[in-house]
Amino acid sequence: MAARLSGGENRLVSLPLSRIRVIMKSSPEVSSINQDALFLTAKATELFVQYLASYSYKHGRGKEKNALTYSDLAHTAEECETFQFLADILPKKILASKYLKMLEKEKRDGELGECDEEDDDEEDNDEAVDEAVGS
Amino acid sequence: MAERPEDLNLPNAVITRIIKEALPDGVNISKEARSAISRAASVFVLYATSCANNFAMKGKRKTLNAGDVLSAMEEMEFQRFIAPLKESLEVYRREQKGKKEARKDKDRKADSEEQDKSREDDNDDDDERMEEEEQNDEEEVDN
Repeated sequence: MAARLSGGENRLVSLPLSRIRVIMKSSPEVSSINQDALFLTAKATELFVQYLASYSYKHGRGKEKNALTYSDLAHTAEECETFQFLADILPKKILASKYLKMLEKEKRDGELGECDEEDDDEEDNDEAVDEAVGS
Repeated sequence: MAERPEDLNLPNAVITRIIKEALPDGVNISKEARSAISRAASVFVLYATSCANNFAMKGKRKTLNAGDVLSAMEEMEFQRFIAPLKESLEVYRREQKGKKEARKDKDRKADSEEQDKSREDDNDDDDERMEEEEQNDEEEVDN
């Protein structure tokens, strides 16, 4: 334990507590944080970074063998339940051509439903109402 | 508090060092992967804080404590962190207590019975101060 306390390399926590506190306090509902809670959050964040990195490296389908890439991380956020909360900030990258195809497909699938709801023509609207009353 | 958006980022050099420690030697970490992990870490802090705060609110407390953070880890399905966290917390508490006592003993210098003990503690205190200076240096480099 003495070895852990001395020397910069083996310090208890390497992330700056002051910065962690600023991030925690940026959450509006938090009023105060005690020293133990601050320390634990900093330490937990370190463990999280290690876990996210090693998990993504092991489970990633990266083409480059000796590398950790963005797509490995996005894959983890999508596939692993525990890391799902990261899905919004680590979106999978897709090609523009693929995206256009997705949009087209969505349009085709949504066409039937959209007709009744989003028609600007007044006559059509009346018809829709009549149909709804009738049925 | 957080006045600029960059105030919510964690120091890149520290994050990179932590990632490197977790991966086998010689693994290359792309720049994009580094910044993604750094962003993820900030989001993790916010998520953990919000979970911990829910536990504090349930207990009708205004101050987040160690128990709240540990409960949050469980709720977030990071149970694997709980044992190492408890261990580190114990070391941290002992370290803090040591610092406090060293300070107290310094104030009691007049007390002749304590004098020998306080001399020892003074030395400890000096060591710790040097350590803190080292830490500060490191953080400056990181930024």
